[in-house]
Amino acid sequence: MGDATPILEARGLSKRFGAIPASRAVTLDLRAGEIHALIGPNGAGKSTLIKLIAGDLTPDEGSVYLGGLDVTALGTAARAREGLGRTFQISSLIPEASVLQNATLGALGRLGQPYRFFSRALRDRALRRTAEAALATVGLEELHQTRSAELSHGQRRQLEIGVALTLAPKVFLMDEPMAGLSAEGARQLTGILSDLRRTAPILLVEHDMDVVFALADRISVLVAGEIIATGPPDAIRADPAVRSAYLGEATP
Amino acid sequence: MSLNRETTASLIVMAALLSTVLWAEATGEPFTITLATRAAIFALAGIGLNLALGMGGMVSLGHAVFFGIGGYAMGILASHAQTFTPLTTWPILIEGTNAMPVIWLVAVISSALAALAIGALTLRTSGVYFIMITLAFGQMFYYFMTGWPAYGGEDGLSIYVRNGFPGLNTLDPIQFFAICFAFLACALWLYIRVDASPFGLTLSAARQNEARLRAVGIDPFRIRLVAFTLSGAVTGLAGALFADLNRFVSPAMFSWQTSGEIVIFVILGGVGRPIGPVVGAGLYVLLEHTLGDVSDYWQIVLGAILLAIVLFARGGLTGLVLGRPLPHG
Repeated sequence: MGDATPILEARGLSKRFGAIPASRAVTLDLRAGEIHALIGPNGAGKSTLIKLIAGDLTPDEGSVYLGGLDVTALGTAARAREGLGRTFQISSLIPEASVLQNATLGALGRLGQPYRFFSRALRDRALRRTAEAALATVGLEELHQTRSAELSHGQRRQLEIGVALTLAPKVFLMDEPMAGLSAEGARQLTGILSDLRRTAPILLVEHDMDVVFALADRISVLVAGEIIATGPPDAIRADPAVRSAYLGEATP
Repeated sequence: MSLNRETTASLIVMAALLSTVLWAEATGEPFTITLATRAAIFALAGIGLNLALGMGGMVSLGHAVFFGIGGYAMGILASHAQTFTPLTTWPILIEGTNAMPVIWLVAVISSALAALAIGALTLRTSGVYFIMITLAFGQMFYYFMTGWPAYGGEDGLSIYVRNGFPGLNTLDPIQFFAICFAFLACALWLYIRVDASPFGLTLSAARQNEARLRAVGIDPFRIRLVAFTLSGAVTGLAGALFADLNRFVSPAMFSWQTSGEIVIFVILGGVGRPIGPVVGAGLYVLLEHTLGDVSDYWQIVLGAILLAIVLFARGGLTGLVLGRPLPHG
């Protein structure tokens, strides 16, 4: 899938918290058009790795490249401006703001226009177009006026992705987008993500194995801070090291 | 364009304030006009704070710094004008002045610069640390002014003639009120515009969820710093008007009680509501005047009201009437 040039690349990322190594020389990449799933048991260091890539944490060693640019020294906001569209494990929205306002905020960040004091945020055509297009993609066009605190859990997950879309990102970084969704909700979101990979490749951290094997073009398995295998779903399913460390022998 | 509830409420309250003054003028009650002027100036200071506190969630207990700087901008310039002594003669000659526009400009610029500097140092902190560090800055300015004999020290400065504005007789209560009311209306308009603007949306996002703001590529610190600077400038302008109303400035303008009073205007009226500080300041002045005649301990009643509002009406008086703010959309 996709061409071979990685759009996002982690090279030898290591991070220790005191004596505990949370990431050990992690190298992985994300190529155009693909969904690359990152799986691993609880405590494997998935959240740490996400934070290292997003810029919340600085690695002890190694670097992160986004679109060929070394972004290791940049903070979270600067990496977002470079094209990293992130969704959070626990929905992280502006609770008192409407759905449309949340999406408009993303558009503001993308267009670099937060310092405008007198125009109306929701009447600006460029902002509005970006926000509305993103909301339509994730199926929230009927809920523009709803306060995001009043959305259902599933709708919040959709809005998270919608806000990331307004950034017109080079890559998506999604931390357990299916967490807490009903079967129906998960099926709907799976459809959205499957299409989204054509907009920008997705690095997907996910616990739901059905979703992972249904969506991923490649899978990396993280165990105790280390990537023990990377490959297409079939190869991962067959990999003996993965089976013993994570999937369990009984899983087909 | 249809008016939303907040704007309609703002127009009604402003119309009520204006009618009170016109009625007082017609019936020959200049003292009522002076009280209304006091309320308008307090409201202006409160709108300044509301930009930081309401929109931005920055609980500043040091806004007296900007109120005081505005006051002393007036006091220092006017005292030099009344003694005909220049502020400095080197490297350039700077004379005092009693022209209000110049005083306002100096007040706004110096309080904005102070807010920029204080904000840059304090906005790295949040929560109770931010409250304490802004309070500390307020006390620093208070003790500095108390100990600076050149401008009256503890005794403050009396200005014997009210400063002038071209074309107006500023000693006439209603004309001075008109100036203060005009500034209040402008500040209210500014607040409402900023609230609906991209900056307002970003600032309220900084208050509610920093991680979200960073994830869309915006640094919350810079957004807060700009808001804090704007907030300080508006409160500074109110300070200059307050000094002119009293024709007197003293270090009390820098005191923590002053900071607390500005916070009270906002909480009484409704945090983050455009008209909130106007309602709050109006009620404060009303209580101060009516209950102050009855007892020196009138603030016991104020305390009880404040307690009731904090416990039972988190949206202040505006929230009681209008309910929760609606999201724009």
